[in-house]
Amino acid sequence: MKEKKFSQDTVVNIIFYVIAILMILIVIYPLWFVIIASFSNPADVANGKVWLWPKVIDTRGYGKLFEQKQIWRSYLNTIIYTVVGTLIALVVNISAGYAMSRKDLPGRKFINVFYVIPMFVSGGLIPTYLVVKNFGLLDTFWVMVVPFAVSTYNIIVARTFFETSLPESLWEAAQIDGCSTIRFFVGFAVPLSKAVIAVVGLWTAVGLWNSWFNALIYLQNENLIPLQLLLRRILIANESLLGAATGTMAQELRQLSDMMKYGSIVVSTLPIMMLYPFLQKYFNQGVMIGAVKG
Amino acid sequence: MKEKKSNLWLRTMKHYQLYLLLLPSAVLLFCFAYLPMVGIVIAFQSYSPALGIAGSKFVGMKNFLQYFRSYQFGVTIKNTLVLSLYSILVGFPLPILLALMCNQMKTKMFKKVFQVITYLPHFISTMVMCGLILIFLSPSSGLFANLFRLFGAQFPNLMSSASAFKHVYVWSDIWQHLGWDSIIYLAALAGIDPTYYEAATMDGASTLQKIRYIDIPMILPTAMVLLILRAGSILGIGFEKVFLLQNVQNIMSSEIISTYVYKMGMQSMQYSLSTAIGLFNTVVNLIVLLLVNFIARKTTDSSLF
Repeated sequence: MKEKKFSQDTVVNIIFYVIAILMILIVIYPLWFVIIASFSNPADVANGKVWLWPKVIDTRGYGKLFEQKQIWRSYLNTIIYTVVGTLIALVVNISAGYAMSRKDLPGRKFINVFYVIPMFVSGGLIPTYLVVKNFGLLDTFWVMVVPFAVSTYNIIVARTFFETSLPESLWEAAQIDGCSTIRFFVGFAVPLSKAVIAVVGLWTAVGLWNSWFNALIYLQNENLIPLQLLLRRILIANESLLGAATGTMAQELRQLSDMMKYGSIVVSTLPIMMLYPFLQKYFNQGVMIGAVKG
Repeated sequence: MKEKKSNLWLRTMKHYQLYLLLLPSAVLLFCFAYLPMVGIVIAFQSYSPALGIAGSKFVGMKNFLQYFRSYQFGVTIKNTLVLSLYSILVGFPLPILLALMCNQMKTKMFKKVFQVITYLPHFISTMVMCGLILIFLSPSSGLFANLFRLFGAQFPNLMSSASAFKHVYVWSDIWQHLGWDSIIYLAALAGIDPTYYEAATMDGASTLQKIRYIDIPMILPTAMVLLILRAGSILGIGFEKVFLLQNVQNIMSSEIISTYVYKMGMQSMQYSLSTAIGLFNTVVNLIVLLLVNFIARKTTDSSLF
């Protein structure tokens, strides 16, 4: 009897590991393929000759990609939007989270409702567009970093963190010493909450790096568009940045555009992928903090 | 009464610094979340940008009726529901199964590597993800086409097929988010008291029995809350991916409410009609959320509010 249980468990275990290894392959192979394809001869890729390693190393795709001024411009834009947007979002959301964690905040219930309603109700696309337009923010740098910096979800995460990890006695003691709320927030609460700042900051940064919808709606100026929107032209609209050509030139140009597709995917995704394994701890922590309150 | 009032005023004044900390977010929410809600009135108007909200003519439910009677009404509702229900049907149970499986892995190192790798695709942007889908599914030079060619088979052009759209949409989402979506269940599983397992082992329970009688009951509340949340946004399926994967050939199954709102508003400049459709969507979402929450509270112990 005992023998049988043991063997059943072993079979289950083996099945689990086989599934896990299959999943690892299914996830990793497409990503690996993009990388090798970006360094391969485009004809080899198109004809299915590249599977595990480039047949010949060919960096023309990257060469052509980096020749494009728009790439550099939009890459820089994305970096600026991400850095500035993350800083603004941190200031706005962490300070709100702290204030809402304080039990002596008068009108706490009402304020809670005020922050939660927008999670479920929104004015919708056009009314929001009209408001942004009336504020004169269309086609400005600021529309990408200020109007939608508030994240109720992140505020709740920060509030939960302060409620559970910042001892109330600390504020009471500081208060007796004549410390004001803002001085306490800047001098004690913030330095003691690096974990939650890292979590909220990382989420915001990834979101900003990957976002394009607001740019699509609110930006027309070529000099302001972020990387993701430029990628839309390369990857989705299949627009060749290299111009038009005919005959055999056209064939080559098409293949070169394909290379640029792989290259642009690598270039745009690499920063996040490189950072991710090191920061995984913080990402996971964030999910846990968020999960506490549901 | 009067004393109470002045008391509140004093308390408020004493805490002005707390309000100062709330000020930036409150102002932004007021301007860019609450002011647009006022703008919803244009759904009941024949809005013209030149006349503004104050000057435009009130037309009652005309815009809503126009949408309800249009051919696009049935199509957009159907497509939204199909994509949404299909996503829940596959995307709700699979992360649970994955978490249950991952939780059984005894090799710490392997488990860690497995997690890092399966979480990875979650960080790919929607734009790049859609680019990947288009490249890989390309019938002439894509990865799948080449793989099929190895076996002498022809790979169908999935992106130009209306009936294949939902499968492409849902399964690419699974590829991207399955690992990440299992984190929350793994956290719930990690919180289980190890003595349960010890007792079960003493009683001779097998791995599958432990999963069935310990793990599943323990993560049920978490699962219910997540199911409510998902059901609550049944008509709120993400705009980005559908919009990017949409093309003329698959439009019959890829035109959903939010893409239609975008087209009516930003491309056809029918501001009032677009807002009316968006409002209809929001209201239905809210009703469904409250309904599912109500049912969950009556039938199980878990609910959102």
